[in-house]
Amino acid sequence: MSDLTPSQTVGPFYAYGLTPKGRAHWDPDGTYSWKETVGDNLITPDASGQKIHITGVIRDGDGVPIPDAMLEIWQADSQGRYAHPRDPRAPNASFKGFGRSACNKQGEFGFDTIKPGQVPGPNGKLQAPHVVVCIFSRGMLRQVYTRLYFPDEAANATDQILALVPEDRRHTLIARKEKDGVYRFDIKVQGDDETVFFEI
Amino acid sequence: MSLIYPTKGLIDYPKHLSPGYKSTIKRSPSKPLIVVPHTLSELTGPVYGHNAIEEGDNDLTKMHKGEPLGERIIVHGQILDEDKRPVPEVLVELWQANACGRYVHIVDQHPAPLDPNFTGAGRTLTDKNGYYKFVTIKPGAYPWGNHHNAWRPNHIHFSLFGHSFLSRLVTQMYFPGDYLFPFDPIFNSVPDEKARNRMIATFDLENTVPEWALAFRFDIVLRGREGTPMDEEKH
Ligand SMILES: [Fe+2]
Repeated sequence: MSDLTPSQTVGPFYAYGLTPKGRAHWDPDGTYSWKETVGDNLITPDASGQKIHITGVIRDGDGVPIPDAMLEIWQADSQGRYAHPRDPRAPNASFKGFGRSACNKQGEFGFDTIKPGQVPGPNGKLQAPHVVVCIFSRGMLRQVYTRLYFPDEAANATDQILALVPEDRRHTLIARKEKDGVYRFDIKVQGDDETVFFEI
Repeated sequence: MSLIYPTKGLIDYPKHLSPGYKSTIKRSPSKPLIVVPHTLSELTGPVYGHNAIEEGDNDLTKMHKGEPLGERIIVHGQILDEDKRPVPEVLVELWQANACGRYVHIVDQHPAPLDPNFTGAGRTLTDKNGYYKFVTIKPGAYPWGNHHNAWRPNHIHFSLFGHSFLSRLVTQMYFPGDYLFPFDPIFNSVPDEKARNRMIATFDLENTVPEWALAFRFDIVLRGREGTPMDEEKH
């Protein structure tokens, strides 16, 4: 028992209110002006670091793509700083580190962003570069959180959060490099090779 | 001292798998969630500036040439943390069906009329007291395919940000006295009755504007409370 307001599903009809380009389907001519509050392109002109594209497909327990999922990402800048008052090193660049993506009919999402740097973890040790991913969908009564890590990062071996994940499931958290600057992060909500989700 | 995010209160959230709501069966994790400590990645979260939204984004009755049909209402309240302190300057987004129970979303094929003067989405930032306010239309009930004769109680969808990415909340606001409550598996996915009732707005006569609009008060409590030095050590 707490005082928290409980979570409820985002449902199937949020796109025109929440997601970038969410109005395009029913308002192709852009009759109603509506500035996107949160977009899927996080890159700001002043952001330093490697520009990357993150893409992937989200699937349900039958392996069927989920077209009505919404993904949000939260990440540090290329120097491992969060644009938030709790991070004393908060950057003064306009890179915010927050993005939101809808999925298309094939359950595919995508973000343009900057590869994050290493941020402090428990006991002051640095964590491996990662992106926090939060997933909402019809059929999800509350959001689920996961993390995207990058392949070929020596720091993955000593990351204290990855270390808490059973070894045979760790690969579900590590994106695949498709080509330079393009990372694929497929998500399986349930079943074989189920993506690791965190209780946080 | 700084904010901490105990997971204990999450007992009042629905379970991921709630078979009465059929879509959860294939869309809920089947393996145990991995409990991890809260690092800077979890304890920080998106911060908004006032330029993120435009004036009038919180009045859903004024987004088109004419006025939408239906019962005009005021929906307002405070966003609070677990210590009941206001959460200032955070983004509140809302979306809903029109008075007939129809969303403008292309996938919604409920044979009820669309209203050319109603889109059904709004947003605002809370003020320094965590206060927000919308003017809108009371949404209608609508059918859905979950089970025979399934109808959703009247509701408004809310999306909220708090002090960190852990405080992120998507929920639904319901209206007092709805006769559909006993039959709705989404509403009833919240196991505790008191917790369920926290999703129901209260009718607010004091803020009802004479000759103009009924008011409903909906306060929302997000994760996060002040930690003691002892809590700090645990993190
Ligand atoms: Fe709805």
